[in-house]
Amino acid sequence: MSQDKPPDAPAVSSVRLVLTLALAGLISGVAIIGIYEVTLPTITINKARELREAVFKVIPGVTRMQKLVYKNGELVPTTKTEKDEKSIYGGYDSQGSFIGYAIPAAGPGFQDVIGLLYGYKPDQKLVVGMEVLESRETPGLGDKIYKDAEFVANFRELLVEPEIVTVKKGMKSRPNEVDVITGASISSKAVVRIINETHAAWSVRLPQPGSEPLMTEPEKAVDEVK
Amino acid sequence: MAENQNESYEAFIKGIWRDNPVFVQVLGMCPMLAVTNSAINAVAMGMATLFVLVGSSFLVSSFKQWIPKQVRISSFIIIIATFVTVADYTLLALVPKVHKELGAFIPLIVANCMILGRQEAFASRNTVRLAVMDALGMAGGFMVALFSLGAIREILGNGSLFGVDLFGEYFEPWVIMILPPGGFLTLGLILLFFNWVTQQKDKFIAQVVEAERVASDG
Repeated sequence: MSQDKPPDAPAVSSVRLVLTLALAGLISGVAIIGIYEVTLPTITINKARELREAVFKVIPGVTRMQKLVYKNGELVPTTKTEKDEKSIYGGYDSQGSFIGYAIPAAGPGFQDVIGLLYGYKPDQKLVVGMEVLESRETPGLGDKIYKDAEFVANFRELLVEPEIVTVKKGMKSRPNEVDVITGASISSKAVVRIINETHAAWSVRLPQPGSEPLMTEPEKAVDEVK
Repeated sequence: MAENQNESYEAFIKGIWRDNPVFVQVLGMCPMLAVTNSAINAVAMGMATLFVLVGSSFLVSSFKQWIPKQVRISSFIIIIATFVTVADYTLLALVPKVHKELGAFIPLIVANCMILGRQEAFASRNTVRLAVMDALGMAGGFMVALFSLGAIREILGNGSLFGVDLFGEYFEPWVIMILPPGGFLTLGLILLFFNWVTQQKDKFIAQVVEAERVASDG
């Protein structure tokens, strides 16, 4: 056999080698399933809380929210938590009157998918806030799409029509322009592209301003979120 | 018994200083440079590595008779990968913010050659007790290294430590310290310092030996 093997290593049948690795793999698999099952509830709760906090952040003035799903050509409230690509969130004030939508969006960034949430006021056609939920952009550069306060501030009052365009840092002069981050232009352009694409997909589905779905669950108050 | 304790202590302490995995063996450079842009990230990474290393060393030295030599590396990797997955999910559940910051580097602990190195060089040849002490020492040394790099980079690059502002608004952060070059610069300077200390110590010992020789001759 090979030279690098320690001299005292006994000859072992290949069946035993296969069995050892199979057993190790089996135990490892069971352990991984175990930890997944144990942590899943906490992770789900964390994600849901993060999402609600993000909704309140991207639409200023919102104190209540509900999930809306696009079904049969109209937007209806839903309480189901299943994974549905066609759902957005409606934000309302404490009287239950509509303020804006929080729309989840995702698309390829520099390294991996960037998942974000943006607040949208349909009557003014304005993006009023943006929060990155998921990103593996380069630490120190690409992660400025959520760490750079100046960049995030671009999305506090941003006209989406005809479409959002990126300009060099400091050149922003029109309401539909975004200053890109120096050194992270791919990531910042990706954010703009994701919002543009998602807006194009949703603008045809949203009802006329003024006829948004009403808040259906009055008992769901703010303190539930905290 | 005293000797036994001495041995454990020796296994533990060598990882912290004399055989420090980062400053002396220069292992585990990938997480070392990647996640040390703030002190909290460095500590979280150190804790995760500690958990994986101690768990793996314990299992490897417990099962060393039953693992055939021919498949030992694959078995070590399976054990390490399992612990890494456990650490990954636990961090995601308990401290989602830190998990978000560390991102891809938690799964990459599997590829940290320091951990596999300890299994092959130590845990698979020693008793469970010594293996665990060795793992604690090595992980401790790794954490000390991560923390010193992370603290220096955060203080200079962001003017804060553990997110607490240190200098007020008059301090202009050295952004380069947070960026990758800052990691290389800081690590290089620390290694320089470490080697200089070792050299001075050797010189001092040589001088003492020389002086003793002269004294005994005279």
